[in-house]
Amino acid sequence: MSNTIKAAPAAQSPEFLTPSPVTRRTFLGYTAATTATLLGVKPAIAADELNVLVWCDHADDKLIEPFEAAHNVRINVKTYEGTGTALSLIEQSRPGDWDVLVVDAPDAPTVARRGILAPLDDGDFPLGDLFSPLTSAGFNYVDGTRYAVPEKFGYYGVAYNKEKVDPADMRSAQVMWNDAYKGRIAVYDYYFPTMQLIAISMGIAPDKIGMDDLPTIREKLLAMKPNIKIIGDIVSVQNALVNGDVDLILNGAEFVVSGLMPTIPALDWTIFDEGGLMWIQGIGVFESSNKKDLAKKFVQYILSPDGQGRLATSECYWAMPANSQAVLDDSQKKILRWDEQAGFLDRSVPSTISQPDIDSAMLDIWTEFLQS
Amino acid sequence: MSAKRDWTRWAVHPAVGFTLVFFFLPLMIMVTVSFWQRIYGKLEATWSIANYAKFFGADYLRDSLLNSLEVTLITTFLSVLLAYPLAWILAYRVPPKWQKVLLILAVLPFWTAYVVRSYSWLLVISENGIINATLMAIGIIQEPLELAYGRSATILGFVHFFTMLLTLTIYANLVQIKPSYQKAASDLGANRFQVFFHVTLPLSIPGVAVGAFITFVIAIGDFITPQILGGSTEVLVPQAIMLQVSRAANFPMAAVMSLTLTVVVVIVYLMVQKHLKMDRI
Repeated sequence: MSNTIKAAPAAQSPEFLTPSPVTRRTFLGYTAATTATLLGVKPAIAADELNVLVWCDHADDKLIEPFEAAHNVRINVKTYEGTGTALSLIEQSRPGDWDVLVVDAPDAPTVARRGILAPLDDGDFPLGDLFSPLTSAGFNYVDGTRYAVPEKFGYYGVAYNKEKVDPADMRSAQVMWNDAYKGRIAVYDYYFPTMQLIAISMGIAPDKIGMDDLPTIREKLLAMKPNIKIIGDIVSVQNALVNGDVDLILNGAEFVVSGLMPTIPALDWTIFDEGGLMWIQGIGVFESSNKKDLAKKFVQYILSPDGQGRLATSECYWAMPANSQAVLDDSQKKILRWDEQAGFLDRSVPSTISQPDIDSAMLDIWTEFLQS
Repeated sequence: MSAKRDWTRWAVHPAVGFTLVFFFLPLMIMVTVSFWQRIYGKLEATWSIANYAKFFGADYLRDSLLNSLEVTLITTFLSVLLAYPLAWILAYRVPPKWQKVLLILAVLPFWTAYVVRSYSWLLVISENGIINATLMAIGIIQEPLELAYGRSATILGFVHFFTMLLTLTIYANLVQIKPSYQKAASDLGANRFQVFFHVTLPLSIPGVAVGAFITFVIAIGDFITPQILGGSTEVLVPQAIMLQVSRAANFPMAAVMSLTLTVVVVIVYLMVQKHLKMDRI
């Protein structure tokens, strides 16, 4: 995989860039809105409303208020976890209830095939500024049509307290079985990325895992158990790390600790030298929306450098902006290991859901691992 | 008179209707779905016992039921053991004017959100928590004890909550026992222990049974406490259900597990029903 990090904007060759959808007018609008937000000025009674079904990082006022002020619109945010939950909410809604959807990018084709997402025009979005592994992934198009745009991503790697561990150990996937960390590891409870990380440690490409590989992966997974103190959701493993109950979190990376790092500088994260796994979230417009133009403008705002900087450092969780031109200050870039993205992206692949039979078998093995 | 009787007969119909629509019907749907199968990511409406065979055949799934039973029984036993003396002291040793104040203190933990209460326990029992910090500060231990993230932590969280619940049901029962019974026993020559074991304790069994049954029912179906305090280092049935629902959308398998819990609760109910006298609490 080639180096996909763009150079600084001033040095960037214009031929690599798609014309930016941000016009002078919208730029001025966002600037005014940002100023109004900073001054604590709320927009007058909104002329319109936009209903967005999104992940919790989009509920941050600092992200949505500039758009609300710029477009005199009220954003009604409904957050959810898991594509299944989103589909269930959509099924219970009437056509036109929702305008914008944020979804696990690899799930976007499935959602699009259900007729939920509207086709999008590549020219409307700054695709040239997005990190290329995100835009080149297979889930971007369904029969040549785009239905969602990658907006934010992160890694399944390792998050740790650098005062308690040797940071060099964290670079190796062998840390999962390293006796030095016996009883000191928390695992973010998500079965297939964890098992895909084990596959990476064995030299198996995550998307090539077959039924024949599962017995060996199971053996390695069960062998890891003595090192594990807790397996839990994000908040649980964060707590364990911050409270000092564990020294590192496996299967977690920037999304687990970046938001805490400004106040707890001992925390850090990385991915394994053997390879990394990426999670990617995408954003699209509902086919049944009655406000497709406004919804598209919201998507454009989210993908703009300003929106991307705000989304990347959202209160709910930090993660990598999809747009390489995102507005981030030096301390934020340091926390997000901005300078290392070229190498990280080079050796990472998207963590996509396996075939249903493998997925089901993996969950059985995971349950056995929890019970062991 | 007969008109009044007719009216009261009709008055129960909304409750019966509610139960039919929101309990019996979903239960029947769950029974039906438990025979379905999730094949290659899709639900197929079959009539197969494969899910039951898998749940009771696979060690790691069957163990979740055994774990749930063990944790719930230990929780219920310890909660009764702690709650009974507390309720007895409240009923017989605390002046009536202070009883209400102490009862309010007893139910204070109920006023905290369940999730918050579980996370609060982590602050107490974690490696840098209050207990370890205190023991290390006074030199009793050199290395922190591993108190969090295990079965003992789950049971601790449960017992903290259910001791309060049981205290209420047992106290409510104890204050209904007529003092004349205990006085009569004393007059007939029984000492304090004989009065307690032959009069007070048997008459307070309904309060213990109701509290213990409620404890059993809530604890065996609880997901939050084992998830937060137990750290998923072992799986209980509610956690196994959540794995099937949230990770695999395998509703048939989740239905099998849920029905198994329901059957367990029914069996326990049948075992203790003769002691479940709600009018005594």
